[in-house]
Amino acid sequence: MCSPKDWNAQKGFYFEKLTAAHEISTVSQDIVDEFAFFEDWLDRYEHLIDLGRELPILDDAFRTNEYRIRGCQAQVWLHPSRINGLVYFTADSDAMITKGLIALLIRVLDGRTGDEIMNADLSFLDAIGMKEHLSPTRKNGLDAMIKQIKLYALALSSQANQS
Amino acid sequence: MRESSHREFEGTVLEDRVEQIRSSFPILSRAVHEHPLVYLDNAASSQKPDVVIDRISRYYREQHSNVHRGVHALSQEATDAYEEARDTVCEFIGADDRSEIIFTKGTTDAINLVAFSYAGRMLEEGDEIVLTQMEHHSNIVPWQLACEISGAIIKVVPFEEDGSLNYEEYEKSLSERTRLVAVTHVSNSLGTVNPVKRMISDAHGLDIPVLIDGAQAVSHMPVNVCELDADFYCFSGHKMYGPTGIGVLYGKQELLNRMPPYQGGGDMIESVSFEGSSFNSLPYKFEAGTPNIAGAIGLAAAMDFIRETGFDFITDHETRLLHHAHEKLQAFDRLRIIGTAPEKISVVSFLLGDSHPYDVATLLDRLGIAVRSGHHCTQPVMARYGIPGTVRASFALYNTIDEIDVLAEGLERAEGILF
Repeated sequence: MCSPKDWNAQKGFYFEKLTAAHEISTVSQDIVDEFAFFEDWLDRYEHLIDLGRELPILDDAFRTNEYRIRGCQAQVWLHPSRINGLVYFTADSDAMITKGLIALLIRVLDGRTGDEIMNADLSFLDAIGMKEHLSPTRKNGLDAMIKQIKLYALALSSQANQS
Repeated sequence: MRESSHREFEGTVLEDRVEQIRSSFPILSRAVHEHPLVYLDNAASSQKPDVVIDRISRYYREQHSNVHRGVHALSQEATDAYEEARDTVCEFIGADDRSEIIFTKGTTDAINLVAFSYAGRMLEEGDEIVLTQMEHHSNIVPWQLACEISGAIIKVVPFEEDGSLNYEEYEKSLSERTRLVAVTHVSNSLGTVNPVKRMISDAHGLDIPVLIDGAQAVSHMPVNVCELDADFYCFSGHKMYGPTGIGVLYGKQELLNRMPPYQGGGDMIESVSFEGSSFNSLPYKFEAGTPNIAGAIGLAAAMDFIRETGFDFITDHETRLLHHAHEKLQAFDRLRIIGTAPEKISVVSFLLGDSHPYDVATLLDRLGIAVRSGHHCTQPVMARYGIPGTVRASFALYNTIDEIDVLAEGLERAEGILF
């Protein structure tokens, strides 16, 4: 158990560990371990929100309707790109909790092939107790965002298969 | 000094009374996320007391059968209970005649009934319906659909920065083409109490009927439809400690008689042949099919509960809650209350700095505090302020001063995390 402040002091170590990890399952497990530090739910959320704050800023050019995923409550902007056959995402949300969850998704799915993304097991969100935010009835755009990410990955992998 | 100790004494008496009331709402003793539940989402739906739950249970255990049809004992008992519920509603809202009480699924259903019935025969191209900018979507969209069918148009009366209706604009909006005014008694997102009696009187000066959406009013203040001279008054059971799926349309006989039926089916007819059918009298003309019998009976039990509790106590206590909430929330430098009309009840909408209502509501939920976030089905209200939504705490007769303090403490924690 530790507070988000203690976590910030330790995170250099963890990020070093993360860059060395490649498997989705390993990165996911790291996230689960990381959240297990926080016993108090509000500390978990504080940590999640801090992760969202560290997300690279989305270029204003992508903060448009074209990249917007409409939620009833919160909005998400998602910009996928492909470099050397791997998919990269930048994203943002007007709600901090949604943004923190986006940061987690990007940490797990960024820089992967379309196939990897399509088959990705995202049960870590359940394991850290954040699954409720994925429900379409929460209308926070996150559920639609994951669908959008997978659709993009599908389009990409079918393109790759054709060529 | 004497006055403050008197007030303190009154406060203690009120608190004791509230504790006693709370004990008759079983759900209020449960925990949420390991915290005692603080339920402040009453404008969305209120909780149910034992008397309502038990009445519904007794109906299904002992009295259930279909109404109006059978000669057997159970059918008679169910019919009696259902029709007695209509009498209870009639008395509760001060209507003249029980045939003016139509059971619906809720407020939305009641408004749709009037809108579609009007669209069928009573609206022509170029006719006007007057609404306000603070209406719930359920008092906007049915009129838009009715306008699509009939070619009528909607005129919208704006409201001021504090959430009060712009009365001058209301007066200006009435014309010889106005066929109906449809206005909310109390705004669900701002808490504003509209001057409906004066609005009705001014509309009647031009022979314009008025429909009042009373969903947010009936559990908080005594409503007398005859005193208001309302032509239609709609409300839901579930926001007044009654069951979901039941509501009421009150309408003046003369108007209801002129209106064509909204839905066809059993119970609403006098005779049917393939050449044509003739319709039953009021209120049955508007109650097609087997009605929500248990709902109506449960609603009557909820009204008995409110009547026994008494509006003197309810309005006193809820006013105290609202003032305390305003006082507590105003202590936050970065908190902005949306809706500060002088005539206001039971609802506090607010924003914490520039934080998203979703974040604030999620963090409060983890502390067992149920508030609502979003546009509260009043997107035009949010557009008026240029905000995506608000956090809304809304009160009922069982809420306590302590619960508002818990809300304020929760907001302090949320503020620490979000800023």
